[in-house]
Amino acid sequence: MAAITLIEAVNLAMAHEMEKDKDIVVFGEDVGVNGGVFRATDGLQAKFGAERVIDTPLAEAMIAGVAIGMAAQGMKPIAEIQFMGFIFPAADHIISHCARMRNRTRGRLTLPMVIRAPYGGGIHAPENHSESTEAIFAHIPGLKVVIPSNPSRAYGLMLAAMRDPDPVIFLEPKRVYRIEKHEIEDNGEEYPLGMCFVDREGTDITLISWGAMMHETKQAAEKLAQEGISAEVIDVATVSPLDIDTILESVQKTGRACIVQEAPKAGAVGSDIAAEIAEKAIMHLLAPIGRVSGYDTMMPYYRLEKQYMPKVEHIVEEAKRIVEYR
Amino acid sequence: MTTIAKFEVKYQQYLDADGKLKNKKAPAIAKDFDKLKELYRGMALIRQLDTKAYALQRTGKMGTYPAATGQEAIGVGFGAAMKDEDVLVPYYRGQASMVMHGVRMEEVLLYWGGDERGSDFQNEKARQDFPIAVPIATQSLHAAGVAKAMQMRGEKRVVFTEIGEGGTSQGDFYEALNVAGIWNLPVVFIINNNQWAISVPSEIQTACETYAQKAIAAGIDCVQVDGNDMLAVYQASLDAAEKARNGGGPTVIECISLRLCDHTTADDASRYRPDGELEEGWKKEPMVRLRKYLEANKQWSQEEEDAMQAEIVAEVQQSVDNYLNTPVDTPESMFDYLYAELPERTLAQRELAIARGAK
Repeated sequence: MAAITLIEAVNLAMAHEMEKDKDIVVFGEDVGVNGGVFRATDGLQAKFGAERVIDTPLAEAMIAGVAIGMAAQGMKPIAEIQFMGFIFPAADHIISHCARMRNRTRGRLTLPMVIRAPYGGGIHAPENHSESTEAIFAHIPGLKVVIPSNPSRAYGLMLAAMRDPDPVIFLEPKRVYRIEKHEIEDNGEEYPLGMCFVDREGTDITLISWGAMMHETKQAAEKLAQEGISAEVIDVATVSPLDIDTILESVQKTGRACIVQEAPKAGAVGSDIAAEIAEKAIMHLLAPIGRVSGYDTMMPYYRLEKQYMPKVEHIVEEAKRIVEYR
Repeated sequence: MTTIAKFEVKYQQYLDADGKLKNKKAPAIAKDFDKLKELYRGMALIRQLDTKAYALQRTGKMGTYPAATGQEAIGVGFGAAMKDEDVLVPYYRGQASMVMHGVRMEEVLLYWGGDERGSDFQNEKARQDFPIAVPIATQSLHAAGVAKAMQMRGEKRVVFTEIGEGGTSQGDFYEALNVAGIWNLPVVFIINNNQWAISVPSEIQTACETYAQKAIAAGIDCVQVDGNDMLAVYQASLDAAEKARNGGGPTVIECISLRLCDHTTADDASRYRPDGELEEGWKKEPMVRLRKYLEANKQWSQEEEDAMQAEIVAEVQQSVDNYLNTPVDTPESMFDYLYAELPERTLAQRELAIARGAK
């Protein structure tokens, strides 16, 4: 057992499953010899051969379209989109075909495939490399959208994504690719999709987040504890389909909710969570729901990146405001 | 400067518009009259299906429908060149090849009649075929993916995919040719050049002399054929399939025809079609010339024609009846094929749909 990073955990999960399941094929731009620009597929081609770890031409629609064709034949493609900002040429395939195939053929053709993409800000990347657009895909019925927040979850959720009979969009928060290491035993144990994780139990407020922002959220909970506020922390992990029951259960207990996301505020996953809480648990609330998010602006170029990103102190501030609300 | 590469595009026509063989070097199919009669019947069946579908739409019994009048030789020809184990990835006006590869006519009607069950093809031959792709040209990439899977598994199977000439303007088409070339995939791209992309003619669609030559930039073989000549379409398809099956890689076949009907039931081609085009087009359409060829070879008579027509009218009517007698699906069917297992969160909506539907 070794201590590994989030990206190494993604790699480990793929290697584990490729060993067991010959139908799994990895492909995308630079995934072969180069091992991916972030090294997510490092060593896979050497281990499994160029037949199963395939460098494709530079064309994202092609990557998604070919994955659909292969999956319809019962293969299990893992397609990499190099950055989520480049997923939009592939979006026609993901939204118009991938999400719909099982339904429109009444189960005759199904697509057991995973589309992986690094996403989110914080690494001083060029334009179009830093956005958090998970809500676009979370809005589409027929897809599952999964976002791991740490190495253990990346390993367990990636295994589940590869074993899922339906298409999974697996978004990797690249800001935390190497921020921490976990001891992970390569035992093939998956974490179920569609389930939140309660990372910290608390009684005064529920902090709800996912992906990279989980790190700020957990630090905020720690600071709040120092000030005598007991925060429960939930990692949503699968932003679609949402495990709303775990969130509601927590909010019913604490009576307060604060949602933390890197994405812009409007029309986002956080909006949906807030609406569900308002619909189903408003009588348990002791204060209005709060949201800490990116602004409803373009993701700025990297000189202003820090100004855009929610920070620990913003979460602490908002949580205290909610707790102190009378 | 030196010339470092040169390219050419070949054109093939065996049967001219009068049903006469253009030269003596005709392929074996020219003497396989049983097969030719089967292909002739296939065209007649599709024309009758389109006629009935139009009537259903006009009488409010079906939604928008794209007929393929005048271009039946293309879908019937390449559909007949496919083996059972091959996979079809059709375009939206693909009923001819779909029916030839085992899709039931009532399924075509169900699909255009607004029922998802129309893409749940029941015939074993069509079980792996793709449903119609409505977004233009996406199917070309799906076909490449299916072909990649077959190639990786070492199967001797081939994928056929069809696209309109307008569809070849899409990036997806070029991306599909590019990857099919690089990976030497067992896929045949049929360009159905019916000369109209709704109201847009070729001179607004491309600066190329042919659509076939788009293959050249992807490094793959291409040929242009008279798409109203069943012999040319069938033979080119057969050759391309054989080549692909034996590891020879992809082919683009451009089939030139003319759409002798509106784009769909929602279109009125008289707004853009030049005067006289239809009259000229009907003189070159594919059924008449194949019938003339069969008759000239003493292989077809008026009696046989009448008997066949009576048969296909009954066959299509049976499909229409089956379509019309299919009850509307249940409200919960909206939910039941969304995922292998419906998410917890959506279960209540399913119950709601059932309760609302019961009222």
